[in-house]
Amino acid sequence: MQMPEPNANVLARKAEIVARLREVLPKSAVIDDPAETRAYECDALSAYRCAPLCAVLPANTAEVAAALKVCHAMGVPVVPRGAGTSLAGGSMPTADAVILGVARMNDVLEVDYANRFIRVQSGRTNLSVTGAVETDGFFYAPDPSSQLACAIAGNVAMNSGGAHCLKYGVTTNNLLGVTMVTMDGSILEIGGAHLDAGGLDLLGVICGSEGQLGVVTEATLRILPKPEGARPVLMGFDANEVAGACVSAIIKAGVLPVAIEFMDRPCIRATEAFAKAGYPDCEALLIVEVEGSEAEIAEQLGLILEIARTFNPVELREAADEDQAKRIWLGRKSAFGAMGQINDYMCLDGTIPVSQLPYVLRRISEMSKDFGLDVGNVFHAGDGNMHPLILYNANKPGDLELCERFGAEILKLCVEVGGCLTGEHGVGIEKRDLMTVQFAPDDLDIQMRIKDVFDPKWLLNAAKVFPLAASEPRRAA
Amino acid sequence: MLQPTSEADLAALIAGRTAPLQIQGGGTRDVGTPQKGEVLSSAAISGIVDYEPGALTLVVKAGTPLSEVSATLAKEGQRLAFEPADWRALLGTSGEPTVGGMVAANISGPRRVAVGACRDFLLGVRFVDGRGRILKNGGRVMKNVTGYDLVKLMAGSWGSLGVLTEASFKVLAKPATEVTLVKSGLSAADGVTALTAALGTPFDVTGAAWINGEARVRIEGLPGSVAYRRDALAKTLGAGWEAVADDTSAALWQEVRDVTPFTTREGAVWRVSVKPTDGPKLLAALGEEKNALLDWGGGLVWLCLPETAEASTRLRMAIAPLGGHATLIRGSEALRAEVPVFQPEPAPVAAITAAIRREFDPNAIFNPGIMG
Repeated sequence: MQMPEPNANVLARKAEIVARLREVLPKSAVIDDPAETRAYECDALSAYRCAPLCAVLPANTAEVAAALKVCHAMGVPVVPRGAGTSLAGGSMPTADAVILGVARMNDVLEVDYANRFIRVQSGRTNLSVTGAVETDGFFYAPDPSSQLACAIAGNVAMNSGGAHCLKYGVTTNNLLGVTMVTMDGSILEIGGAHLDAGGLDLLGVICGSEGQLGVVTEATLRILPKPEGARPVLMGFDANEVAGACVSAIIKAGVLPVAIEFMDRPCIRATEAFAKAGYPDCEALLIVEVEGSEAEIAEQLGLILEIARTFNPVELREAADEDQAKRIWLGRKSAFGAMGQINDYMCLDGTIPVSQLPYVLRRISEMSKDFGLDVGNVFHAGDGNMHPLILYNANKPGDLELCERFGAEILKLCVEVGGCLTGEHGVGIEKRDLMTVQFAPDDLDIQMRIKDVFDPKWLLNAAKVFPLAASEPRRAA
Repeated sequence: MLQPTSEADLAALIAGRTAPLQIQGGGTRDVGTPQKGEVLSSAAISGIVDYEPGALTLVVKAGTPLSEVSATLAKEGQRLAFEPADWRALLGTSGEPTVGGMVAANISGPRRVAVGACRDFLLGVRFVDGRGRILKNGGRVMKNVTGYDLVKLMAGSWGSLGVLTEASFKVLAKPATEVTLVKSGLSAADGVTALTAALGTPFDVTGAAWINGEARVRIEGLPGSVAYRRDALAKTLGAGWEAVADDTSAALWQEVRDVTPFTTREGAVWRVSVKPTDGPKLLAALGEEKNALLDWGGGLVWLCLPETAEASTRLRMAIAPLGGHATLIRGSEALRAEVPVFQPEPAPVAAITAAIRREFDPNAIFNPGIMG
C-alpha cells in the first residue's frame, strides 16, 4: 500500500512539536515514547502499519481545539482515531502524523427521553450509548458488528451501518448534530436536537467524510423506544438465485423485516464446523428477523413464511423461544470468527442492487477458482450490502497481494452491476485507489473541493479516500 | 425560459455562463430571495429511468412530475415514505411539483418524524455544477459510503449548488392499513405531552401532530398489528381518544402535510424546527398558540404571523435561546427583501457555507441569494 513520503521537515521537528503539544495539553495526554505509540500504528486493517510521530489523547473539545491549533500552526499532519476498529485503514497514521485519539472522551452529556436524543462525547463506544439508555427502554439503532469496541467518532466518520439498517437506517439517518473542531482549531456546532438543517445540510456531508473535514468531539444521536420483542426465522434454499428471489419477494410484500441476512454454502460450512449452530447443509441460507409484540411477530412471520414456502425451501425454522432464536443468530454472528479459524481473510464491503445478487455470487465463485482463493459470502441481503470474505495465507509470500487483486476485481464487479465499492466500512486507504472505478475525475474533484473548504492545507487524514495521484497537487500545495 | 431536454444540453448551456439563472422544477415553491434572472426549467428532463420494486429503489429524472412518480409506485403498492408536502394551495402557486424541486427543497411531511426526511431516502444524484460539469454522487443502492455524501448536501440546497438532473430513492411498501387516534380540545402543551408519550412507546407512531386544538397520532401496518397498537396506544394515552381509519385517517394527515389551515388565512407563514418539547414553549413565548400548528411531535412549528419585520424579529429572538431554525415559507416580496428568509447562521458556519457555494458555483449563477 503506497503512502505519501513523510514530510522530512516535520520528522526533524518532532521534539519541538511534542513540546508545543505538552504546553497546551495535560502531560499524560501526549504520548511520544515509541514503545507506546506502537499501539497506534494500525487499526483493524492490520496488514498495514506505520508508527505515528506521536499521539495525543485530549479529554474534551477545548483540548482537541488546542492540539489542532498547534498542529495547524506548525504544519503537522493529523490522523483522527476513534477506537481503531476501521477495516479500511481509516485511522492508519503516516510517520509524520500526530494521532488524535478521542478514547478519553466518553462521557454522556445529556439524555432527553421526551425529545428522544442523547448527547455524548465522541469517544464513547456504540454499544455503551445503548447501554446508557436501555434500562429506560430506549436504544441507539445503528449496530456495526464491532459495536462493543467501536467509537461514535468513527461511526460518524465512516457513516457506519449494521445488520438492522433495513428498518432503522445507518448513522447519518440517526445523527442529529455534532460539535466538530476543524483543522485550524475552530469549533463548529452543526445541527442539534431539532430535525433538519436550516441552511445547507453540512451535517450530511460531515457524516461519512472519514475524519477529513474535522474532528467530531460530541454527537447528538436519535434514540428510539425498544421494540417489545424480536424473532428470527431461518430459511435454507438449494440455490443462491432462489434465496435472492425470496429476499425480493419479502421486501415487496410490504413487511419490513429489521434484518435479512444471507450466507452461502462455503460460509455455512465454515460456521457450522466452528459454532455448531445446527444450520442445514444447503446452498444459501437466510435469517429474517421481525420485531413487535407476540401477536405482531406472529402476523409478520406468517406472511413471510407463506412467501418463503412458494420458493420451496429445503428448511424453514422458526424460533419457538429465546434459546432457539439465539441459535439461529449464533452461526451468523460467528461467521467472521469461523472464517478466521480457517485462514487469514480479507472482508469486502461492496453493495449491489438486490436483483444482481445471484449473478454477482456466481461471478465471485468463478473468480474464486481463477484466483485459487476460497471465498465465503455473508451479508445484509435486504440492502444488497455484500461481505465476501476472501481467505488467504498471510505467511505465504504474494498471497496478500493476490487476495487484494481478487478483492479489487470483486469491487469492480459491484460497481459494474450498478453498485458501489463500500456500503458501510468506508474507503480509507483500502479502496482509495479504486475510487476511479466508480467516479470520474470531476466527481472526485467536487468532493476534494469540500475538503479544500474545511481543511485548505490538507493536513487532516489527507492520504485517505482519494487516490494519491488525484489528491497529490492539493497535498503538495 | 430555458428548457433543455437533456443533461448534455443543460451542461452546454451552463458552461461559460456568467449571468444569473433562476432554477425551476415545477415552479410551485416560490421561496427565498433569488436574484432575478433568466428562468431555467428542468421540467423537460423527465422520465423514470429505473424502478426495481423488489429492491425498493427508484431512479428518476429531475423534471419528472411527482404525480407520475406516485402513480408508478402506487401500481406496485409502494410510495415515497417521507410523505412530500404539496405547497401549491399554501403558496398560491400552480404547476406540477417535480422530483427535482422536491429534492432541492428537501420536502418531507408528517412521517418525517419516524422514518426520516427526503434527504434520508435520497440514494444518489446527478447534477450540473456552475462550471457546466455533469457530476454524480451516491448511487442507487441503499448502503453507500463511497466518498463524501454530497447527496444530502444537494437536498435542501434550493438549487444554489447545481442543477439536478437525476435522483434515486429508496421507496417503501404502502402499509395495508392506517389508523389515527384523535383527541380535541387540547392546548398545545397538553397536546405535545400526549404526542411525546405516544412517540415514546414502541408502537411505531408514524405521525404526531397538533392542529386546531386537536392532537393526532398515526400508526400504520398490517391489520392485526395496527389493531393491537391502536388499543395499546389508547391505553397509554388515557381517556377521550377516538380512532379513525384508512381514508378518513389519510385526509387528516394530508391536512397537516399541506398546512391546509393556513391556505385561507392572510399573513406570513413560517416553518420552524425546534426540539419537540420546545414547540409549545415557543408558542407560549410568542403568545401565538391560535396561529400555529405543530407536527413532528411538536418539533415542527407552522406559524401564521403578521407580514411585518417586527414579527420576524420577535420569532427569531424567541428561537435563539431554544436552538433550531425558522424559514419564511410564504411572505410578500417586500417582507422577504426586508428580513432573512432562512435562519442566519453563526459566522464560522456561514463562512463554510459561502465557501462551498463558491466551489460549486464560482460565477454565482444558480439562484444567487436564494438562501440569503
